[in-house]
Amino acid sequence: MALFDSSASKKKGGRSSVPDGLWVKCDGCREILYHREVSGNAFVCPRCGHHFRISARERLTMLFDNGRYKELFAKVRPTDPLEFVDSRPYKERLKAYQKRLKVHDALLVGRGTIGEIPAIVAAMEYAFMGGSMGSVVGEKLTSAAERCRQRRIPLVTVACSGGARMQEGVLSLMQMAKISSALARLREEGIPFVSVLTDPTTGGVTASFAMLGDVNIGEPGALIGFAGPRVIEQTIRQSLPEGFQRSEFLLEHGMLDMVVPRQELKDTIARCLRLLHAA
Amino acid sequence: MATPTAPFLEPIERLAESLKEARRHGESEEAARLAARFEQAVKETFRSLTPWQQCQIARHPERPYTLDFIHGMMTEFVELHGDRTFADDPAIVAGFALFDGQPVAVIGHQKGRDTTEKVRRNFGMPRPEGYRKALRVMQMAERFGRPVITLIDTPGAYPGIDAEERGQAEAIARNLREMALLKVPIIAVVTGEGGSGGALALSVADRILMLEHAVYSVISPEGCAAILWKDQSRAEDAAQALRLTAADLKRLGVIDEIVPEPPGGAQLDPSRAAELLSSSLRRHLKELRRVKKPNLLLARRYRKFRTMGEFVQ
Ligand SMILES: [Zn+2]
Repeated sequence: MALFDSSASKKKGGRSSVPDGLWVKCDGCREILYHREVSGNAFVCPRCGHHFRISARERLTMLFDNGRYKELFAKVRPTDPLEFVDSRPYKERLKAYQKRLKVHDALLVGRGTIGEIPAIVAAMEYAFMGGSMGSVVGEKLTSAAERCRQRRIPLVTVACSGGARMQEGVLSLMQMAKISSALARLREEGIPFVSVLTDPTTGGVTASFAMLGDVNIGEPGALIGFAGPRVIEQTIRQSLPEGFQRSEFLLEHGMLDMVVPRQELKDTIARCLRLLHAA
Repeated sequence: MATPTAPFLEPIERLAESLKEARRHGESEEAARLAARFEQAVKETFRSLTPWQQCQIARHPERPYTLDFIHGMMTEFVELHGDRTFADDPAIVAGFALFDGQPVAVIGHQKGRDTTEKVRRNFGMPRPEGYRKALRVMQMAERFGRPVITLIDTPGAYPGIDAEERGQAEAIARNLREMALLKVPIIAVVTGEGGSGGALALSVADRILMLEHAVYSVISPEGCAAILWKDQSRAEDAAQALRLTAADLKRLGVIDEIVPEPPGGAQLDPSRAAELLSSSLRRHLKELRRVKKPNLLLARRYRKFRTMGEFVQ
């Protein structure tokens, strides 16, 4: 029922990301900020700590040593298995996003080092159809987990998604099982998997890999849940308590190991890998 | 009939009712005439069901539910309760029973028949406790070397405050991961509504079967219509676009077999529906029991899901 956050799918990924230009407005404190102030601070508002949404490329650059990585599985591209048409054919939608964002789909995978430990990072691209998970996200993430198993190197995922991709129907749903199966095998081998959950992480992404980390890390204030807030409000017919489904709430309820500001994220992951990974 | 039903099925249901009544007095000319009319009506209506009509049959209030199938197919059922952590979730039933004289674990979503029971069963929408109970019973099955049969019939996992607080997403995710490595055969059967993650959490299996009029989808047609068409009343279009019928899923390579239902749908003859499912389960169980090495079973299960999805590279 609730593999999607309907509110998320409407934002088209624009809301929190940092537009190019000299000035940006913070969604947290409404201050007008100098762009460089924000980009130089890991895209976190220096006034209020609001975390701007960032692209998958920025994420990989930020997490790997010296911002250097080799992209993996870059050739995997989406098709239209259901010949899905709503107000617009899925094929056209895909083309428009690909053209605008210069990526094939909603996941980028890179290999590099984090604190000198070789690792693979898979980061979701929210701007691409709300980071929705279809066959391409499933295939790349599964391949990433398999590669980590072969090479005995840790896996880090960065979730940012409204959930499964409706336009690929039940095949999207099956990606949850496919990825989780690959993670089960990685786990058997004693190879660490760190899951980072960012704003928003809901639906089928939360209910599969994002919750399966040996270590689950949330970014401050991120919306994280199975059902989206709107779906819950419609079901129970009451408004939700303040802070419900935010990172801090999940920490309190035992679903996250820690909430870490983005400026400290890389060092925290590196420390976890040093403590867990038998190189 | 006390409960609302799919309007397009009403003529068939009235005929089935009359036929049953006529047969109560033994076979007669009248019964034979009604039987012929019933057969003809079924043929006409079922020749080209729309996906939306399939959804209506899958959600039919008189469709057999998990406990009906268990009692129709198995004996000596012992139901187990609780996740040993927080509570028992009546939206999922789980336990052990004899199928063909052999012990199996059986787990399924459970909907209620009357209002009180519907509420108690939360309309077949599990909370995390339900998934955790299911996993507990599956792990018992593994320890005791019993195959697992799951019966899927849910609108979805419950979207509520308490469910979120107790980790609905984590409970589902954990089941997916643990089922991938469970060292006994698993057969999942979508008997009614296969509602997204809430259905998948019991469906990582060696065989996935689907009743002829069941549906299995990443989102309900209503939910999909609300998001993509911005209009819930476009559910019929969404049902079409989502490819959620048994035939669609077979074509997409997600399910292994379509289990036939009695003429007019399982709700018209639940015991016959149970017989038909039994014969299919029997065959698949026999095949799976022949796989003696657990690693081979798991390798095949992995490959099954590994190859799902369509992309180019
Ligand atoms: Zn701010």
